[in-house]
Order: sequence, then structure tokens, then C-alpha cells
Amino acid sequence: GQPLGVLDGIPIAVKDNFNTAGIETTCASNMLKGYISPYNATVVQKLLDQGAVLLGKTNLDEFAMGSGSTDGVFGPVRNPWSYSRQYKEKSVPKPHSQDEESDWVITGGSSGGSAAAVASYTCFAALGSDTGGSTRNPAAHCGVVGLKPTYGLISRHGLIPLVNSMDVPGILTRCVDDAAVVLGSLAGHDPKDSTTIQDDFKPFELPNLTDVSKLSIGIPKEYHAPGLSSEILALWSKAADLFKNAGAKVIEVSLPHTSYSIVCYHVLCTAEVASNMARFDGLEYGHRSDMNKSTESMYAATRREGFNDVVRGRILSGNYFLLKQNYENYFIKAQKVRRLIANDFVKVFRSGVDILLTPTTLSDAAPYMEFIKEDNRTRSTQDDILTQAANMAGLPAINVPTALSERGLPIGLQFIGRSFQEKQLLTVAKWFEKQVKFPMIQLEEVKRHEHNVFQHQKSASFT
Amino acid sequence: QPVAAELLAHLERLALVDFRDAEGVVRLQRVIQFADRLHEVNTDGVEPMDSVLEDRCLYLREDDVTEGNCAKELLGNAREKVEEYFVAPPGNIPLPKLEEGETFLQGS
Repeated sequence: GQPLGVLDGIPIAVKDNFNTAGIETTCASNMLKGYISPYNATVVQKLLDQGAVLLGKTNLDEFAMGSGSTDGVFGPVRNPWSYSRQYKEKSVPKPHSQDEESDWVITGGSSGGSAAAVASYTCFAALGSDTGGSTRNPAAHCGVVGLKPTYGLISRHGLIPLVNSMDVPGILTRCVDDAAVVLGSLAGHDPKDSTTIQDDFKPFELPNLTDVSKLSIGIPKEYHAPGLSSEILALWSKAADLFKNAGAKVIEVSLPHTSYSIVCYHVLCTAEVASNMARFDGLEYGHRSDMNKSTESMYAATRREGFNDVVRGRILSGNYFLLKQNYENYFIKAQKVRRLIANDFVKVFRSGVDILLTPTTLSDAAPYMEFIKEDNRTRSTQDDILTQAANMAGLPAINVPTALSERGLPIGLQFIGRSFQEKQLLTVAKWFEKQVKFPMIQLEEVKRHEHNVFQHQKSASFT
Repeated sequence: QPVAAELLAHLERLALVDFRDAEGVVRLQRVIQFADRLHEVNTDGVEPMDSVLEDRCLYLREDDVTEGNCAKELLGNAREKVEEYFVAPPGNIPLPKLEEGETFLQGS
């Protein structure tokens, strides 16, 4: 037989906010439990056309709202690194009586399930989505490559939308070359998504860069954000030196409106969410309440039963910002600030900088028990700070796993490139990946409680 | 300053979701407070940005039917239907006006 394509036979996983024909698509929400998609998202179709094998849909924060993958209806996602030798070696040994399972760490979010699937070797690549960092954040925490392509490069048709002007499908893989291969299969104009650009896209193979002396790397000083761990700061500095010593030009740059990108995001995101979630009314698909006194009371009951607090909170906030009395002061204002943020990047790239180098997250993955002490909104505000601006400006960005932290958990660094210059971005990322030689995860057997039964089965196989 | 009770009711009515409890209202207050930081930025003479692709022409395809005829699949996901119709409860019945402190659904 003939191979169907470059991905023939490759197992992949898809985040559960992409429509997959004949397969339940829930967005980890009660609102869509039992919803069987009648069609494939364009990106899913493209992967299947290449022969990729869909292993499953991955868990996420409900409707992709969150930075921990902890708020979905199927429960939180556990970072596979929680079960790695590297993490366990560094953990404080617990007294036997205490639950050994209580110190597992989060994956980050909202594409946590996809990141965990790739990190644990259950598939070669996974699709995520990225609106404020939802692909790069879990990629950093799970030690995998997370690519956010330029807005408009990959079709969003079939991706259940969160923020139409910022959402992009994200690609999670174990190495940069794989990300380039998947990108090659997915990028390009889609007549079903009018926000995809019409330029011809040619899939590319990444060259093996040996000479970085012509590169100009920008280090945006505002990304030294409050709360950035000293470990990550040191690693970022080391990375900058790596480029410098290899002959590249490394300069400090300024993106003055960086600190406003989160505020801007919260207004624009909640406003678009308020609009996008309006389609869920129980009538044509998804959950429907038994309340049937009137159309409106059925809608209200359906939405109360179907959405969790995070989603409802965002819908209400969005509606607030879109009220006539607030529209100018909040929504339009945020759109103006968005332009300022986008212009910051334009200015820097125009001054000769090719690629920006920044941290991806403020720290390594937090233990779940710590993470849930603050609410979803507070966490998102803190965790998206380094990734969000790239979504505001629509620029391509990639997380490259760099080193392990003192706790034995992955830390990644982020490269941000010029619009539609994925080849350059990935080439530099690949060079960096080769230099840092990020270690492989050493997964240990998950200890079972039925210890004795397991032993018995083991000895039985020897006879 | 705290958001007025009527405004909260108005929001619940527009959004057709409810705050559920006092914590939900506090969360909204915090979001507004947070969003107020936007006013620190000078945006005089700056145009609002709708899309990062504003310099490009939006793709428009020919006005030809290229797919459809899938009523059966689409109806497959609806809970209440009759023949090719989605069935809704009676419309034009406004949601009841609320007493202070109530939300639309008494514990669903």
C-alpha cells in the first residue's frame, strides 16, 4: 500500500474542544456532555487525511478557561512528571501513613490533557488551543514543545471558540522538528474559516542552524515580571548568554505595555466569551434542562446547569463590559490598548530584532493542593502574564523545554517571532533545543495499592 | 463602589446565567476593579483594534451552495424535536421579576 501522508500511522491526541465527527466533544463541560459532533474540525480532518491515528480526546479546563486544567467536569489533569524519578528524588519523603498521592503537580492549562499525553509518551503529537497561553503554559510545565502559530495561519473551523480574535489551534510535540511536521500538515487557507490568510503556505523542513551570528535576539525587560522565580530568571539569563557566546546579537528591548496585556485580555476575552457562549441554549445540541415553563426560563436553567462557575463568571463580566454605559470605557478602551500592545512588538521587530526570548511561566508546576487555594480567575491573571501578549498581537510563539527545576520539574523558555515567520522561529528554537539537551522523563511504575495481587500475578508469569 | 442590585439583576437577565451566590458578585466586583487599570493608559488618538489581520482583505467565497442536506445529523443532537423542527417551550413569556436576593431558579 501507499502511505496516506507524512503522518500515516502516527498516534495523535486532540483537545476536547475540537469537533470530531461521530465522537463526543464536551469541552469538559456539562453543557456538551453527550454531544456527538456531526463534523470534523478542519485541523482534525487534515490530520486524519494524512493518516494520523486519533487516540482520544484530551481533558482541559472547562471551555478552555483556566491555566491549570483543573476546572473541567472530568476533574483535574495530573502532570506525568509527578510520577517521574526526577521529581520523586527531589520530594521530601513523606511518612508512610500520609497519602503518597497528594503531592502531584498540575499540568498547567488549559491544554493540560494534550500536554500530558505527549509528555507521557502516549502519542507523538497533540492538538491544543491557545488564546492566552493555553498551549505554551502546559507545554512548559510538562516539558514538551508547545507551538502557538500566527493568528490566521491555521484554520479555526471546528474549534469551539473562546475568543474569535485570539484563538489559534496549538501544536504539542516532543521536539521542534515534529512541531514543524505537524504545522506543515495543518497550515494554509481554509475557505471555511474566513480569518485564515490567503497566502500560499509551503510546508518546510527545518535547517540545522550552525551559525547564529546573524541573529538578533531581543530580551524584553518587562518580562522580568513580579513573581518570576529566581530559578527561571537565572535560566533565562543563561539562555541569553548561550546565544551571545555563539555569536548572536543579544539586546535588551522594551515592550512598555506588557503589564496591561492581562487587563486588556480580561475585558476582551470576557466580552467575546459572553457572545460565544450565547449559542448554548439547549435547543439544538448539548444539555437541555427539564424546565419548560418558557423559552427563556429553559435557557436560563440549561445554562445554570450546564456551565461551571468559571464560565458563568466570565459571561457575566463580559456582559457588564458590553453594557451601553460601559462599552466605550471598557471594551473600546481595551481594543485601543490592544493596538498599543501590538505596536510595541512591531516597533521592536522593526528595529532589527529577529526573535524575542522570554520565560514562559513564572515558576515550575505547582502542586495541585497549592494551586486550588486561589480561584481560577486569580490564577489565570498570574499565570498568563508571560504568554498573553503574543495572543494580543497575533504573533507566533513557542515554548522549548529547557531544564529541570530544583524540584525536578520542567522549565521552558519562550521564543516569540514575527508574524507568519514560523520557519525562522522554529529554526532558532531547534538550535536552542539542541544546545540545552532537555532530559527525557523517567516514568516510574505507579505504585498500586493492591500490591500483593500484583506480586502474585508477576510470579505466575514465570512458571 | 459596589455594583447596584438592579444592575446585577439586569446582567443576569441579559446573560441568562446567574451569580449563584454572594461570592459570584464579589468576583464581578474584583474583575471590574481589575479592569479599571485600563484607564491608566493614555489612548488619545489610538484607534481600537478589532483584528490583528486588519490590513488584509477578508476572504469572501462565491455565493454557491457547497454543502448541506444534513438535517438528520443536525437534528440528531437535539433533545426535543418534532419532524424537522426543534421544539422550544412557549416564547414571549418574560422571566418573572425578582425580589431582592433571589435568582431565577430556586435551587435547580
